[in-house]
Amino acid sequence: MANLSGPSSTEADAAAMRAFLGALLPPLMGLMLLVGIWHLATMNGGSIPTPGKTWEAAAKLFADPFYRNGPNDQGIGWNILASLQRVAIGFGIAALVGIPAGFILGRFATMASMVNPIISLLRPVSPLAWLPIGLLVFKKADPAATWTIFICSIWPMIMNTAQGVMRVPQDYLNVARVLNLSEWKIVTRILFPSVLPYMLTGIRLSIGTAWLVIVAAEMLTGGVGIGFWVWDEWNNLKVEHIIIAIFVIGIVGLILEQTLLLLARRLHTEA
Amino acid sequence: MEKFVKIENVGMSFDTRKGKFVALRDIDLTIKQGEFVSLIGHSGCGKSTLLNLIAGLTLPSSGVLLCANREIAGPGPERAVVFQNHSLLPWLTCFENVHLAVERVFAANENKAQIKERTTKVLELVGLAHALHKYPGEISGGMKQRVGIARALAMEPKVLLMDEPFGALDALTRARLQDELMKICDATRATTVMVTHDVDEAVLLSDRIVMMTNGPAAAIGEILAVDLPRPRERLTLAHDPQYMDYRSAVIEFLYAKQSHPLAA
Ligand SMILES: Nc1ncnc2c1ncn2[C@@H]1O[C@H](COP(=O)(O)OP(=O)(O)OP(=O)(O)O)[C@@H](O)[C@H]1O
Ligand SMILES: [Mg+2]
Repeated sequence: MANLSGPSSTEADAAAMRAFLGALLPPLMGLMLLVGIWHLATMNGGSIPTPGKTWEAAAKLFADPFYRNGPNDQGIGWNILASLQRVAIGFGIAALVGIPAGFILGRFATMASMVNPIISLLRPVSPLAWLPIGLLVFKKADPAATWTIFICSIWPMIMNTAQGVMRVPQDYLNVARVLNLSEWKIVTRILFPSVLPYMLTGIRLSIGTAWLVIVAAEMLTGGVGIGFWVWDEWNNLKVEHIIIAIFVIGIVGLILEQTLLLLARRLHTEA
Repeated sequence: MEKFVKIENVGMSFDTRKGKFVALRDIDLTIKQGEFVSLIGHSGCGKSTLLNLIAGLTLPSSGVLLCANREIAGPGPERAVVFQNHSLLPWLTCFENVHLAVERVFAANENKAQIKERTTKVLELVGLAHALHKYPGEISGGMKQRVGIARALAMEPKVLLMDEPFGALDALTRARLQDELMKICDATRATTVMVTHDVDEAVLLSDRIVMMTNGPAAAIGEILAVDLPRPRERLTLAHDPQYMDYRSAVIEFLYAKQSHPLAA
């Protein structure tokens, strides 16, 4: 038995390795293609730096990401963390408000028909239109940026949660009615588990939106943060840094999204 | 015996986009305590509609339904339902699915250990002792249906309502579960209403078979009393002339008097 299982398991390992490489190779090729085109387009000079120059600048930048030279000159690590913190706070409040609101809208049809027109009206509004309102109310840049994150990331959570609640299969609700379950049991044993996948989709979309919005908001409010940093580097005409920032913003967004997808898949297989 | 479920002059119509659709009319039926009644009829005639009315999941457009002399105004645990598609909650194990029901009915008078014991016992009764902690996604269709039956039995309902409980099962599993159900009903003397498509199932299990006319506006066509001694044994009954008579009476009704709506 041991003799048999030994080689067959390494064989399985090899197969898994091949599958892994097979999945990795095409994206890597795509990335190389992108860098290649970038290089060809910029090697004859111009205002956009070449990949090589950008790489050098990035190496220097990430050699010391956490330095502090006063409030307006901090390492890129601090800037990223500052932005993430704003996103976390704004998104956190949005989740605390949006998810229960979604449950209420999904469960009570009259509430939904009262509020839905308002949501349809407000949802397409650009984040930047909300910023002055925040500045006006909070009188400070930081809470105004958080407010903007809040208002822009709340809609996907409300709408997806409400959708999920409305789509709870009638069969499950009939079970609840026959058993005459308490409202608490209905929420915890039936509504919440069946809404969870929809809720996670809402959260994922919300975080994506929040991360999109923060860069724009910080450009306007200043202080510390990746958006402000981009603006600052533009004023210093350090174009390499702007390109680096674009990559950094993209990668952080990707990590946020993948983490939530992973979480959703974990919960799904457990259910 | 006491008249337990009374259905008096009940009609049911649905509001649809094309206007009012009359599904049931003039339904009068009384069911005695401990009686096993089958509802049989062609697809779409309104069997599920009638069962849902007894369950209280829908309320009649006209007439009144009574259970133990009280008007049925909504669903409740004293009228347990075995749903056509088992309707187990996929995020709970078999044990937890049944436990949810047991807890609801007995938590007021029993402690946690007693409730757990009840849950385990009823799952053993349907032969699922080995699958207590499996999720519905991990067990076969027949096992799911048995959990659904266990959930309903565990509530010790006054009335057990079953909507084609064995419809989706293969013939062998179906026969086994029918035998189990007969034993359980004999033991608990539960009043049972079962919707079925299957003539043999109806004759084997029932004290009375309620045959419904084709919809729309379906009504009760005939009621056949099945006077076969219990306990019933499917093998001996297969050659019993009386059994054959009952069987052909139902077939006569379904295929001669109410020929299939699609063929008409
Ligand atoms: N909620 C509803 N709205 C409108 N029409 C309905 C509704 N529920 C049932 N009906 C109609 O009532 C009739 C009876 O339906 P029902 O589900 O009771 O049939 P059934 O006898 O259980 O059929 P089957 O054997 O196929 O399950 C059908 O014509 C159906 O279209
Ligand atoms: Mg039906």
